[in-house]
Amino acid sequence: MKPFTRFASRVVALPNRNVDTDQIIPARFLKTTTKEGLDRQLFHDWRYDAEGHPRPDFVLNQPRARGAQILLAGDNFGCGSSREHAPWALTQFGFRAVISTSFADIFRQNSLKNSLLPVIVPADVHQELFALVERDPEMTLAVDLAGQKLEMPGGRAVEFPIDPFSRQCLLDGVDELGYILQHLPAIEEFEAGRAVPINTLAG
Amino acid sequence: MSKPRTIIEKVWDSHVVHEQPGAPALLYIDLHLVHEVTSPQAFQGLRERGLKVRRPDLTIATADHSIPTTDRSLPIVDPIAAKQLAQLEANCAEFGIRCLGVHSDRQGIVHVIGPELGLTQPGMTVVCGDSHTATHGAFGALAFGVGTSEVEHVLATQCLLQRRSKTFRVQVEGALRPGVSAKDIILALIARIGAGGGTASVFEYCGPAIRALSMEERMTVCNMSIEGGARAGLIAPDDTTFNYLCGRPHAPKAKAWDEALERWRGLPTDEGAAYDREVTLDGSALEPMITFGTNPGMGIPITAPVPDPARVGDANERESLAKALAYMDLQGGKPLLGRPINTVFIGSCTNGRISDLRAAAGLLKGRKVNPQVRVLVVPGSQEVKREAAAEGLPEIFRAAGAEWREPGCSMCIAMNGDQLQPGEYSVSTSNRNFEGRQGKGGRTFLASPLTAAACAITGVVTDVRTLL
Ligand code: SF4
Repeated sequence: MKPFTRFASRVVALPNRNVDTDQIIPARFLKTTTKEGLDRQLFHDWRYDAEGHPRPDFVLNQPRARGAQILLAGDNFGCGSSREHAPWALTQFGFRAVISTSFADIFRQNSLKNSLLPVIVPADVHQELFALVERDPEMTLAVDLAGQKLEMPGGRAVEFPIDPFSRQCLLDGVDELGYILQHLPAIEEFEAGRAVPINTLAG
Repeated sequence: MSKPRTIIEKVWDSHVVHEQPGAPALLYIDLHLVHEVTSPQAFQGLRERGLKVRRPDLTIATADHSIPTTDRSLPIVDPIAAKQLAQLEANCAEFGIRCLGVHSDRQGIVHVIGPELGLTQPGMTVVCGDSHTATHGAFGALAFGVGTSEVEHVLATQCLLQRRSKTFRVQVEGALRPGVSAKDIILALIARIGAGGGTASVFEYCGPAIRALSMEERMTVCNMSIEGGARAGLIAPDDTTFNYLCGRPHAPKAKAWDEALERWRGLPTDEGAAYDREVTLDGSALEPMITFGTNPGMGIPITAPVPDPARVGDANERESLAKALAYMDLQGGKPLLGRPINTVFIGSCTNGRISDLRAAAGLLKGRKVNPQVRVLVVPGSQEVKREAAAEGLPEIFRAAGAEWREPGCSMCIAMNGDQLQPGEYSVSTSNRNFEGRQGKGGRTFLASPLTAAACAITGVVTDVRTLL
């Protein structure tokens, strides 16, 4: 993974609450055996009509979405299925951060593993951000992970929470598997100390 | 004396391999279930790093999501699904994992076969690249869904980096009334706390109404924990659990069984243990539940009117509700009862077990499904299919005019060609009513197998208690 650096970008606003991963990428696209080519399927059924033409009223089809790296989303974003195809599709489209008041647990974990930063903000800041984007679609925000802050227009900064471990992994571009593999001796010791409850290969 | 602990903490504590301040714990996984949709990229990751599967003996795979539910001796029509299914078998062969694939007589939905084979046991940690892994919590296991990166971590190391979840006690008092089932308990809970209500938590389901449930009913409850936002949900093991497990192919035998029983009896939550959150439901006041909207939290007692956005104070809430009703083409304030439907789907990891099929067949026996309605009955596994056949259930379903299919996820996720047409309404025993979940433009009402069977007969949304 590449180290996660500070960036500034326009913001795509999608206020729907409880956006589930079936909306982010519908299940019929999960028959793929690779990670590639998912960006066109992002929000597919909201983005395209029955004939496959882009719906002009959907925010990702509007000029403001081009090149945007921040998605401003409604409460409880990413609920539902555990498909990692959701953050894969979001990052392939170009998103590097999603801002909301809350994220579903599995989606949040999956995002962190793909350098997609879930930014949690309080409800008042959340509403303010929607209002700001509404007023000025060209508005940009800066995401500073090292400083753990969002830089708002006018220079104000809003801090956001992230656990120190995830933050460091993102900043260093380290993936978790490498970290776990360093603990192999502890894993071996743990295994040696307990009975094996099952054997799926038997019988 | 040491501090009293919940069962959630006990299972967690006994699986921590390593913990250091400021970092998540390294948690050992006892059972890893694998299926075709969320694993190919994980196997590819192993290949790219030159890693092996650390514990093939704690890993098992099956084909369920994209598998057709038509005659298995025929070739698979969808080339992309065929490729994915073949890839699963090839990956398992390459990495030495047992695969209950397309032609196995043990094939089935991943959350149906684990318990059925006796692989899921009390006190275990269980993961799968699937959000309904909490199903296995019915045995007092800490079971949760993970993404594909984490599937790769577990394949390579049998461990995961995890943060401790909050503990959330769900107490269900009283006794369920006729026509009310396990599905109604969980739909009522989610309606109460909302689709995100359990975020960052693990539920423990307690109370007399839970204790009275069979293992299969407990699995139905735990299965939908994720729909309330929880990481997992579990039920402390008791004699119901032990009786179910005893004699299953992978359950401990003889002396090992006695030793296991002794360990398992120490799992239930200690007297006086504290939870981070608690909620209580009155089981005896529950009615059959049904969802009307586009997330599982949008549920009501079947006799109640659909909520009216005009009566909702909170602006965001009002907008979400209005959007959902627009998608469902329903009007707030009006009842769902009597609303015509097109399809009934009986199956899935929530309600595709033998007792679910028995409940539906019991109602359909000697009756006909409404000729306007397509009814799909999809057993959760080959084993469920065999049990059903031994009891004559397929004949009952066919005589009533329902389709009896091969095991798989089928219309729960609509990846395999079993799907709704745009605009159609389905009463489904599955777990998700998201937009397009059962086919693009399709509209889902989630309910119990009894309610689904009742709706199949009448062709409209029906209170099953009027047919009992
Ligand atoms: S039946 Fe549905 S919810 Fe269960 S594993 Fe299959 S797709 Fe997932």
